[in-house]
Amino acid sequence: MLTETKETKDQHTPSTSSEIPDEWFKPKEKDAESAETVVRPSLSYWQDAWRRLRGNTLAMGGLIFLIVLGLMAIFGPIFSPYTVSDGNLPEQNLPPSADHWFGTDNLGRDVFTRTWYGARISLFVGLMAAIIDFFIGVTYGGIAGYKGGRTDNVMMRIIEILYGLPYLLVVILLLVVLGPSLFTIIVALTVTGWVGMARIVRGQVLQIKQNEFVLASQSFGTKTSRIIRKNLLPNTMGPIIVQMTLTVPTAIFAEAFLSFLGLGIQSPFASWGVMANDALGVILSGDWWRLFFPAFFISATMFAFNVLGDGLQDALDPKLRR
Amino acid sequence: MLKYIVKRFFLMILTIFIIATLTFFLMNAIPGSPFNEEKTSNAVVQQNLEKHFNLDKPLPVQYVLYLKSIITFDFGPSIKQPTETVNSLLGRGFPISAELGIWTILVALISGITLGVVAALRHNKLIDYTAMTIAVLGISIPNFVLATLVIQVIAVDLKLLPAATWNSPQHMILPIIALATGPMAIIARLTRSSMLETLTQDYIKTARAKGLSPFKIVVKHALRNALMPVVTILGTLLAGVLTGTFVIEKIFAIPGMGKYFVQGINQRDYPVIMGTTVFYSTFLVMMLFLVDIMYGVLDPRIKLHKKGGE
Amino acid sequence: MEKILDIKDLHVSFTTYGGEVQAVRGVNLDLHKGETLAIVGESGCGKSVTASSIMKLIPSPPGKITKGSIHFKDQDLTKMSNKDIRKIRGVDISMIFQDPMTALNPTLTVGDQLTEGLKQHKKISSHDANEQAIEMLNLVGIPNPKERMKQHPHQFSGGMRQRIVIAMALICEPELLIADEPTTALDVTIQAQILQLFNKIQEQTGVSIILITHDLGVVAKIADRIAVMYAGKVIEVGTRREIFYNPQHPYTQGLLNSVPRLDQRGDQLIPINGTPPDLFSPPKGCPFTARCPKAMEVCENVYPVHTKLSDTQEVDCWLQDERAKKYIAT
Repeated sequence: MLTETKETKDQHTPSTSSEIPDEWFKPKEKDAESAETVVRPSLSYWQDAWRRLRGNTLAMGGLIFLIVLGLMAIFGPIFSPYTVSDGNLPEQNLPPSADHWFGTDNLGRDVFTRTWYGARISLFVGLMAAIIDFFIGVTYGGIAGYKGGRTDNVMMRIIEILYGLPYLLVVILLLVVLGPSLFTIIVALTVTGWVGMARIVRGQVLQIKQNEFVLASQSFGTKTSRIIRKNLLPNTMGPIIVQMTLTVPTAIFAEAFLSFLGLGIQSPFASWGVMANDALGVILSGDWWRLFFPAFFISATMFAFNVLGDGLQDALDPKLRR
Repeated sequence: MLKYIVKRFFLMILTIFIIATLTFFLMNAIPGSPFNEEKTSNAVVQQNLEKHFNLDKPLPVQYVLYLKSIITFDFGPSIKQPTETVNSLLGRGFPISAELGIWTILVALISGITLGVVAALRHNKLIDYTAMTIAVLGISIPNFVLATLVIQVIAVDLKLLPAATWNSPQHMILPIIALATGPMAIIARLTRSSMLETLTQDYIKTARAKGLSPFKIVVKHALRNALMPVVTILGTLLAGVLTGTFVIEKIFAIPGMGKYFVQGINQRDYPVIMGTTVFYSTFLVMMLFLVDIMYGVLDPRIKLHKKGGE
Repeated sequence: MEKILDIKDLHVSFTTYGGEVQAVRGVNLDLHKGETLAIVGESGCGKSVTASSIMKLIPSPPGKITKGSIHFKDQDLTKMSNKDIRKIRGVDISMIFQDPMTALNPTLTVGDQLTEGLKQHKKISSHDANEQAIEMLNLVGIPNPKERMKQHPHQFSGGMRQRIVIAMALICEPELLIADEPTTALDVTIQAQILQLFNKIQEQTGVSIILITHDLGVVAKIADRIAVMYAGKVIEVGTRREIFYNPQHPYTQGLLNSVPRLDQRGDQLIPINGTPPDLFSPPKGCPFTARCPKAMEVCENVYPVHTKLSDTQEVDCWLQDERAKKYIAT
């Protein structure tokens, strides 16, 4: 019966009603399921998000840039005969050449090598800040949003106060006291940095908490921590990922900013911020490469993270799903 | 509304108090007290310090007296410059920084909102893409990079404008550009997305169904609602501009408050760091308070919401 | 009776991420002066798009009228410039949207929103505009209209807001009022009041109404004629009596069987199984075939011939064909 139908379908469609063969007017035997079939292929949330992200050229460009940058930060220095801290004084302030691709600085250190070491530090600071923000923010925001009521009220008051504190001023103050180092910079950046994440998570959790599937697991007596892990987190992942993508450039920028105040990573180690700051004084004398490379990589990295964050925001927004 | 203001006001006082306390105890936590003689090495300075911070008294008394001095807006002496006090530095530097800050905010707001609205109205057209690419670039390029770039290109190569100091309106243009671009980009992006959302609202459809002109719909119905989110981030933006002045004033050699602050940090001039931090924080928290109130005035729903809560 | 609106072969498409959605695929409708026409159908059947197209209010891009004409009195609205159509909007034709909670601008006073249409289209002083607005609020049943004019939308309940929206739509005395699901977002008791208001307004002003709804209960109360839409097409149209007591299209019959009725006690409610077809690639035959209990071979392949059953009732269904009747009889 079914195959017959297929065949007649492929036949020439009559253009006027008189051409239609009589037997087409026989009532059809119906199988109940055919009405329920959905025509469009269904994609999972992540598949759909990935498909949309892939279509976003700018975001994909950002992602590829960041992957290459990450690889260069790890392996780049290996290909270089120079080290990050050993200068060669006769070779100071050389412009880019075959020996020194990015030139040398005022102590004769190779800028190419230092740039990739700088990438390590800058990316490390950025990623650590994002990861720590993630853990504190998700825990705090998750609990506040999930428990609700009085707990939420108290926790939100605390957040409100922390949010009112000027972020960079607190960071500066802490670093003045703690003394600048890689560790203290990350600590200072995350002391109040997680507040934004906590607010986002709480808002998401509050919204999703009302959903039936959460009520259902609650009624089965599932433990709170399990509900947060299994039900709430997967559904709040979108905004969290976006927030993390945007935390990284903020932290990288903050580290560069701190270098300007003399509170960044200390010499001879390099971060992009330190390198740019060292080069500021000499930019007018024409040694452009010393500022150009760190400045370019800070800007390009921030640009890449920003466009990737935007792309993820669009790709992960359930409202935009079609 | 009154209850809302009062609540916000107490939150503001509490925040200032926390910052002052934090500053005090953090400074005291620095190993080998920042205020002892080896670090100051100047009798006059040491005298000033002991007098202001009551170093002969026990810590709790010091703390209380310190809070008192803050209430009276007396931030104490400078260690490195015996003839200066934090107040005298503030008096000289703050007006200049404020001038830079106010212009920056104004430029950022006007250009950011314009860019955002135009991009939203030409959604997915070339002008939208252009504006948003400019905006992402503006967010991505740190202000110190932009500052050196404009100095190099506009001041040194083209010789169009002076590169440094703060003597005439021409001197102000480059620092303002360098400082305003970031906030402008943030405002433009926010305005665009919130404008796009507002334009899909039913009341915009209603306004169109009434036969209003597109200009009237945008200005009267969409803009005010679309700008609400911009108002909420004004406080954060202000904080960004303020910390931005540290860098910009250093690069452009502008004798503002930021320059003294950075100098204080570099020389570990602790009373200056403490004083300016508290001053800056108080200023910012007060601005946040004003922004909150402004939001309440702009959005009629907030009044009822608060009344309903009583 | 004078025809004030005549829609002929209207096609509307939306260009989306996944391709072109043909939301309206050849709709023919007309409306007489002082009449209430209800357009019913499931969500996504194209009824709202049809209504929005009349005033060119479909979001464009992505939406576009690709074919057909909409004659309002003597003008073809589809051919009018944006500037000209603005002179029609709110003056000759008004529209009311589904959700009164969002249809009013939260930051402007009710008075401001009521009078702005008047000020836009008619040369009128602020004072007179206010007077007229107060009068209108009185008509739609808002107590203390004078004081209420100065308030903001959030200070009104949902039902009150819908009354304000209606007042706003009527203030320039339009000849045609399009109401897109005007009662869907309201409580049942308020629904009845608003429907009563529609009846009262029509009596007093003689306005023609197009009512878009998926609620047959609403239709039963106020519609003169009913058009049933399915997958972007009008599949049956007729007077209220004809549609309720003599529905010919299996979809119309299905719709009626799926709602509780007081006049036919004891009947079981029968749902229509399945979902409407995907309008990315509409079927070439009758779109209801897959869900139709009386489907035939022909339904799948050829779109039914338009059949006139009476002066007022028309249907697109192959069951009207003699050959089908022959098989059913045997």
